[in-house]
Amino acid sequence: MANKPAILAEGLHKYYGKTHALDGLDLIAEEGSVLGVLGPNGAGKTTAVRILTTLLKPDKGHAEVAGLDVVKHADILRARIGLTGQYAAVDENLTGYENLKMFGQLYHLSGATAKQRANELLERFELVEAARRTVKTYSGGMRRRLDLAASLIMSPPILFLDEPTTGLDPRGRLAMWEVISNLVADGTTVLLTTQYLEEADQLASQIAVVDHGRVIAKGTADELKIQVGGERLELTLAPGGDLNAALQAVRAYSSGDIHIDSEHRHLAVPVTQGAQQLAAVVRDLDAAHIPLADLALRRPTLDDVFLSLTGHAAEAEPEVEEVQTSQPLARSAR
Amino acid sequence: MSSDIHTTRRLVPVGRPRIYWTMADALVLARRHLVQIPRIPEELIFSTIQPVMFVLLFRYVFGGAIAVSGVSYVNYLMAGIFVQTVIFGSTSTGIGLATDLQKGLVDRFRSLPMAKSAVLTGRTISDIVRNTFVVIIMWIVGVLVGFRPEGSVLAWIAAIGILLLSSFAFSWISATIGMAVSTVEAAQSAGFIWLFPLTFASSAFVPTSSMPGPLRVFAEHQPVSLLVNAVRGLLLNQPDASTIWQALAWCVGILIVFIPLAVWTYGRRIAR
Repeated sequence: MANKPAILAEGLHKYYGKTHALDGLDLIAEEGSVLGVLGPNGAGKTTAVRILTTLLKPDKGHAEVAGLDVVKHADILRARIGLTGQYAAVDENLTGYENLKMFGQLYHLSGATAKQRANELLERFELVEAARRTVKTYSGGMRRRLDLAASLIMSPPILFLDEPTTGLDPRGRLAMWEVISNLVADGTTVLLTTQYLEEADQLASQIAVVDHGRVIAKGTADELKIQVGGERLELTLAPGGDLNAALQAVRAYSSGDIHIDSEHRHLAVPVTQGAQQLAAVVRDLDAAHIPLADLALRRPTLDDVFLSLTGHAAEAEPEVEEVQTSQPLARSAR
Repeated sequence: MSSDIHTTRRLVPVGRPRIYWTMADALVLARRHLVQIPRIPEELIFSTIQPVMFVLLFRYVFGGAIAVSGVSYVNYLMAGIFVQTVIFGSTSTGIGLATDLQKGLVDRFRSLPMAKSAVLTGRTISDIVRNTFVVIIMWIVGVLVGFRPEGSVLAWIAAIGILLLSSFAFSWISATIGMAVSTVEAAQSAGFIWLFPLTFASSAFVPTSSMPGPLRVFAEHQPVSLLVNAVRGLLLNQPDASTIWQALAWCVGILIVFIPLAVWTYGRRIAR
């Protein structure tokens, strides 16, 4: 297993009638890495996760997780992966402790081990105080943490997180990011789907951008950003500043076409060594007595990446309130 | 801080034969449903109030106008009430499954290395336990309004056995419906609708002899009537072997058809 990628998908196809939910999807994640699968609603992210976690069979193609074929070795594989879906799949009328104990038993741990493990995880996810309360009384963030705890019962080396922060408030999201980062620090391989560009940027070491059931770009966040054109120095002159003089001063640092917006006295200068050049530009402009209103080094966001790759913004599609049944779940993933 | 996510202990599944886990997983899930009963008392209360209302309605409102020969109407009525109660109660199987599907719990169960069948058997087992409890309550209510069963305790136990078997059988029909429809609301109404003609066009509340020709033929041969007649015979010291066999045959027949059908529907549903 050591030489094999932890997650490997090759040419996955999944059809729903005439719709291609997956249209030749390829994914690869090395052991211990975080693969971010980024795409809008309906791009095929959930379908891919369902196939990789043995919940769904691909119509075509091949996938291996932990070196095990997701179709042929589904049974063995299930004990080695954890899955946290788009909604907290825990029983609302059971307590947090009862949920974890039950899932432990269903993983076929002995009763005593299941109990012990439940307590460990409750402590780890700061749910000890709520352990004896029914999940109904939990906040959204607590439910997600419990759900994640349930996926970690067997301490799986590979974890699938399908939009783990969708619907959480900013605080809940930050808490979730911290938990995920800790897992990764412990060596867990994570596949994470998200519609939030910031999330992929924060957590993922490799990103696969998915649209219409296919990977349209992949690489690190930085590589993807460079694809869009790298960093830009953006400067805005104070009223009365001489735009032409400023243009002369920065031209030497530019690595491409400078975008000029004379109405707003704004220049966007593509650069390659942003931080150093930023300082040099400040000195030069100051020496030339050109007053600045604003100066910033702007790195392209993944939003820019998405826009330039697909021609439409990542979040342009309305966020449909997903009806929570497994049927629309699959449908929403198209 | 992060080091305790992964326990130092080895988490090893207990090695047991497959058949053991088929049973054990079903019991874990049955337990899951049972511990919830006292936590949602309103669910049990309302599923008891309905048959209690039927008892009162038929005992005191319609009963006086219904002529039955040989026994008091309340003694006649209770067998019908028992069967109606367990059959209506079985609809909760389908509703529960539809709810689990909707909440994504079924996906979680399926991502675990547990027996697949447990999701279905766990429900049907816990529903039997629940129905036993409701039958006991209805028995007490019946006694309070004048129900006086006759014959041996052994025959009563046999009657309760038939009731629970029919509860189990109808649970599988309910499970099939619950997974065939796409929402919990649909599972709720689809689970009930077909039970109304089946329980009312039967010998549950009135003798079938007063019904017009074709309806009477239907009423006399459909499973609810046969179950009611079998239970009634056992409770009133007039057991009829042939009726009991036919009632049992219906239950077994339903199980033979609907267990595979439910499993098939489940497989189809989750493949989407």
